[in-house]
Amino acid sequence: MWSYLARRVLIGIPTLWAIITVCFFLMRLTPGGPFDSAAPVPPEILANLRARYHLDDPLWQQYLSYLWNLLHWDFGPSFKYKDFTVTELIAQGFPVSFQNGFAAILLAMVIGIPMGIAAALAQNTARDYTVSGIAMTGIVIPNFVMGQLLILIFGVWLKDTAVHLPAGGWNNGAFANRILPVITLALPFVAYLARITRGSMIEVMRANYVRTAKAKGLPFRAVVIHHALKSALTPVVTFLGPATAFILTGSMVVETIFQIPGIGRYFVQGALNRDYTLVMGVTILSAAIMILMNLLVDLLYGVLDPKVRYD
Amino acid sequence: MALLDVRNLTVRFDTPDGEVQAVSDLSFTMEKGECLGIVGESGSGKSQTFMAAMGLLADNGRATGDVLFGGANLLTAGEKQLNAIRGNKAAMVFQDHMTSLTPHMKVGRQMAEVLVRHRGLSAAAARDAAIAMLKRVQIPDPERRAAMYPHELSGGLRQRVMIAMSLLCHPELLIADEPTTALDVTVQALILDLIREVKEQDRTSVILITHDLGVVAGLADRVAVMYAGRIVELGDVAQIFAAPQHPYTQGLLACTPRLDDVGKVLKTISGQPPNLQRLPPGCAFAPRCPFKIAACAERPPLRPAAGGGLKACARDDIASINRAAS
Ligand SMILES: Nc1ncnc2c1ncn2[C@@H]1O[C@H](COP(=O)(O)OP(=O)(O)OP(=O)(O)O)[C@@H](O)[C@H]1O
Ligand SMILES: [Mg+2]
Repeated sequence: MWSYLARRVLIGIPTLWAIITVCFFLMRLTPGGPFDSAAPVPPEILANLRARYHLDDPLWQQYLSYLWNLLHWDFGPSFKYKDFTVTELIAQGFPVSFQNGFAAILLAMVIGIPMGIAAALAQNTARDYTVSGIAMTGIVIPNFVMGQLLILIFGVWLKDTAVHLPAGGWNNGAFANRILPVITLALPFVAYLARITRGSMIEVMRANYVRTAKAKGLPFRAVVIHHALKSALTPVVTFLGPATAFILTGSMVVETIFQIPGIGRYFVQGALNRDYTLVMGVTILSAAIMILMNLLVDLLYGVLDPKVRYD
Repeated sequence: MALLDVRNLTVRFDTPDGEVQAVSDLSFTMEKGECLGIVGESGSGKSQTFMAAMGLLADNGRATGDVLFGGANLLTAGEKQLNAIRGNKAAMVFQDHMTSLTPHMKVGRQMAEVLVRHRGLSAAAARDAAIAMLKRVQIPDPERRAAMYPHELSGGLRQRVMIAMSLLCHPELLIADEPTTALDVTVQALILDLIREVKEQDRTSVILITHDLGVVAGLADRVAVMYAGRIVELGDVAQIFAAPQHPYTQGLLACTPRLDDVGKVLKTISGQPPNLQRLPPGCAFAPRCPFKIAACAERPPLRPAAGGGLKACARDDIASINRAAS
């Protein structure tokens, strides 16, 4: 088990390196550069800037020095936010995105999984159709529409009532300011989780061993909880791994709508601005989280299924 | 009063291409301590008859009729009443023994659950009783096996675990669905001995569903022959094996290879079993029957036959024709 863990972490390093390398060269191959802007910069200043960021060195040299700095936990200076290093930007933005994402995924699990189970156990009844309807709505309505809708309802229409919520802004992470963005983030995941859980639960309830459990005279609840649930959760975990990695690194749309100082905005802005170091930083962070979540998923498989061995 | 009294049991399944009638108007009774063999081709409704009796039909299945057991009608009993009987007074061992144990639960715990549920034992006491039962079904090293997951056990062991589990509460009725199919001969013999022991020592009534007529001959007191969801012949084992009264039973017995058949071409019953979605109005076996007459266009009721059994066949002269032919 421990040697398996160590091995997986070690394999993560070359994976991460490969991602860094591909991303580094892809960024540089993309036309345009960080200092192309609408207002032309005088050539002398441009030359100065390029020299300061070593953009005139041979590419391989830039690459090697970037790697070298990374090893020292230095993600380099941001090209656009000139007074900040990328490390600083990530340190500011990531905790915000992480907290919101984590809250959202927890909320989605707490609501979506029981919804899916309830639907599966009452297959083709009004309850089932209601869940399917909610799930379809959650999947079909895009984030930016849902976010605006919630703002309209709770921020504008209910403005003078007790359930009024801020229409946006972060207010240093006040609870009230987190509610709408977290709900907006969570809703599509509620929908996906309900659908996935429903499907796998229906399948597992038809399994021979569930029939055996019923034949033993166990109450229905015990059959579901002790005999069906664990197997039914396997596809849920498979979905949750990448989904969590995705949501933890922030959503550009949600963070923009609610004006949240998270990391999601940086990624898109960084890409548009050719802010090489910022994009690299956020990419490395996302990749590391993805690798970690995949490892977590594989460990959870072992909890759900004793056939999975780690050696 | 009979231990088990099945009256006019009909089982239907809704499928995307129409309704399937897997069991049709089936009736029989069974006494305490008796072993009833159920034989018939694949798809003849052997398993679904007892799935219905135990309230274990798939979601798309419905059963009508009566299944009286210990003063209760199992088809109309509520969930609570049914759960007090299942695994306790009536237990079933399923055909698909490779997949019938929960993969993520240790087998000892799966067994202990039954005793905790029906006998109110503590977890520890139930575990000990489960291990004792594993010992009784001759599983070597039962303590260690109890701590294993199903995938760590061979097919034969899983099947014995299933049987041990079914016997934990000393049921009055044990339904064993193909308990020996796909097991090697030594394990088969072991399981059959075990069933015989349970029947004789505990006076447990056993329903033995099988393809293997040899198994029926060795264990059962009576045998019911099923065809297309109906019993076509029912009676004393020795009697039916010696003088089968229904053409289908005759065919079935003729198909069984014997040691002195070496070198001969195996016999089969020609034709196919009927489509359960469109059962013919008359005798379901008639299209394959060498003795078909005009009367077969009407459904023959199950009626007394020569030798004291029951048969569902319009003709009475088949046994003699057959004897003359051989
Ligand atoms: N859930 C279901 N939906 C539709 N048809 C079903 C379903 N379950 C069983 N059947 C059908 O019912 C018929 C009887 O099945 P059953 O399992 O009782 O056969 P059997 O006599 O036990 O056969 P075998 O010897 O192969 O076990 C079969 O034709 C089968 O296809
Ligand atoms: Mg069967």
